[in-house]
Amino acid sequence: MTVVMNSAGPNSHARRRRGFSARTVTLAHGGGGKAMRDLVDDVFVAAFDNPILDALEDQARIPLADLARVGDQLAFTTDSYVVDPLFFPGGDIGKLAVCGTVNDLAVGGAIPLYLTCSAIIEEGLEVDTLRAVAKAMAAAAADAGVTIVTGYTKVVHKGTCDKLFINTAGVGVVRAGIELGADRCRPDDVILVNGLLGDHGAAILNARGDMALSTEVQSDCAALHELISRLLAAAPSTRFIRDATRGGLATVLNETASASGVGIEISETATPIREEVKAFCEILGLDPLYLANEGKVVCVVPESEAESALATLRDHSLGRQAAIIGRVTAEWPGRVVMHTAFGGRRIVDMLVGDQLPRIC
Amino acid sequence: MKYVDEFRDAEKAQSLLREIEKLVARIDICRHRPLSIMEVCGGHTHAIFKFGIETMLPEAIELVHGPGCPVCVLPMGRVDDCVALAETPGVIFTTFGDAMRVPGSKKSLLQAKAEGADVRMVYSPLDALALARKHRDRQVVFFGLGFETTMPSTALTILQAERERILNFSLFCNHITIIPTIKAILDSPELELDGFLGPGHVSMVIGTRPYRFIADHYKRPLVVAGFEPLDVLQSTWMVLKQIAEGRCDIENQYNRIVPENGNPMALSAVGRVFELREFFEWRGLGSIDHSGVKVRAAYARYDAERKFSVPAIRIADPKSCQCGEVLKGAIKPHECKVFGKACTPETPLGALMVSSEGACAAYYQFGDFARQRQGRDAA
Repeated sequence: MTVVMNSAGPNSHARRRRGFSARTVTLAHGGGGKAMRDLVDDVFVAAFDNPILDALEDQARIPLADLARVGDQLAFTTDSYVVDPLFFPGGDIGKLAVCGTVNDLAVGGAIPLYLTCSAIIEEGLEVDTLRAVAKAMAAAAADAGVTIVTGYTKVVHKGTCDKLFINTAGVGVVRAGIELGADRCRPDDVILVNGLLGDHGAAILNARGDMALSTEVQSDCAALHELISRLLAAAPSTRFIRDATRGGLATVLNETASASGVGIEISETATPIREEVKAFCEILGLDPLYLANEGKVVCVVPESEAESALATLRDHSLGRQAAIIGRVTAEWPGRVVMHTAFGGRRIVDMLVGDQLPRIC
Repeated sequence: MKYVDEFRDAEKAQSLLREIEKLVARIDICRHRPLSIMEVCGGHTHAIFKFGIETMLPEAIELVHGPGCPVCVLPMGRVDDCVALAETPGVIFTTFGDAMRVPGSKKSLLQAKAEGADVRMVYSPLDALALARKHRDRQVVFFGLGFETTMPSTALTILQAERERILNFSLFCNHITIIPTIKAILDSPELELDGFLGPGHVSMVIGTRPYRFIADHYKRPLVVAGFEPLDVLQSTWMVLKQIAEGRCDIENQYNRIVPENGNPMALSAVGRVFELREFFEWRGLGSIDHSGVKVRAAYARYDAERKFSVPAIRIADPKSCQCGEVLKGAIKPHECKVFGKACTPETPLGALMVSSEGACAAYYQFGDFARQRQGRDAA
């Protein structure tokens, strides 16, 4: 059953506010009746307010002609967001759910246009928390120029989900002529990142508070569609872009090496990582190359376009600390090799599971 | 990072490497075969691979990765005991992170957790004690693991529990001692080692004197080494220097941390709480006399082995695994029959494939170059 987050008409906001006073979400809010309708109206519809949402249907309808004016391929993606804590330095689950899906579209060269929002709520969650998350989603969507056009909510028994899970799907359009793919990298191509790596992973670990460490590091959570669109204009032969989210830089590079059947070599000294994040990892026995990012992309461009790609990234506020970190090589196909700052070399492999801290 | 970067200076590394080359040229053995130097401690193995030190050393030096990763030498039966404890109703089982994935005969702690056991990762035994304070209605068991490095913190936690009269806390003690293990390796007939890099953190607790017999009786040089890459290079240089000069001494490169007599307070806490076991079973190495400790009778109420019924069934190592030979340095990880085939980090048969300090996992993850180098040597 789909519960569409539609309002009851243009004058419904005032009515909604009057009618909704619950402080916590209960199973009644997932029952499909008036309580649920009130919650959806009060929290989500009020925050996302837009004409497509107001169409009162089980689905958002988007004229194809509008899409076709932008480009010739539809890009379609989905991701689910679960994060503990819901609010962390530099962001929250709402901002993450919008930026993450926007970025998943953008790294394919798409212009992100429409998002869905589907929430699974654990009974007992404070309504104010939900409001804050919806508000953050609305703000992030407005910043990214996307519209949240349809959605869904479910309330589940205490203990069967952790406070709040959000799924967003996204639709975007790829301009004619843009072809990006992990399998398109060739020897001598250059690898760039748009800034400091590992901030999000470190900020989340720190925010959980069980490390008894304190750091000021903030999540880098940001929508990168604009940066990517400028990059593609400056370096039109760009081979491939991917956001270095879960699994970090190391995972993206391994996926690239394996998909293209090439080797990748990176330099430890050229790879930008905040001193604080390095120290954080050092203490906990973690490797920053595997820490998650939410506002960083790895770009592979042909050597001839590397300098203009770098300059373009650095020219953007989300790419000031962009760097060329390595290159594609015909040697050791499928492998990622790092030249260590100390002067040695090592393999940077895929992780098997989560990083587990070492004993001593 | 201040106080760390100083020990990772690439230029200093190059000048040390030049000095190492000079010593190699002076050592006769190097004309016939590579020198075998064992780093006993898993922390060194980790550093060697992380910084790519093996790729920098001259080919005349072969580093043998020793048994000093406590996770790796844990026999399967003990992991089964952990799982049994973790699955006991009412128990919160606490463990260091890298023990989570070690395979037992049926499952790992990670699998037990997925099936509903309350297994929690902690960074210190004090975190486990804090859980016991918070959950008075539950029994919190800490999986005590490690050499003399982690032993004092476990001992102090038990003393703290006693002071606070926290009775829902106990220790599943798997602490092991380094000296009998090195001795077992030195007594192993299939082994030819020319020297040792001694474990830095263990020595911070026990000091450098207990190693004396290695130089006196077995005539091998040992240099207690720090964990930064320059420490490892300098210690290697110090071992080579002894060999070149025909000396066998116990030297201390890590003297900024390691006092000759160790840490008396730590040793006294360890002595109060623990006593030697008659023998302890090691994965791959079999039973080694006096190589483990147990909780003294005076602290029996904090001993999970006394408090709960622990199956304590001895499980033989998988037949196909050659963990023992790898641990003793008799073969290199990739020379094991199952390396990279039946035994990979995704499906580890032996614990050496599990921990990032384990020689096999390190080889699998970082070590292609070492293998390439060996291939070149063979050709």
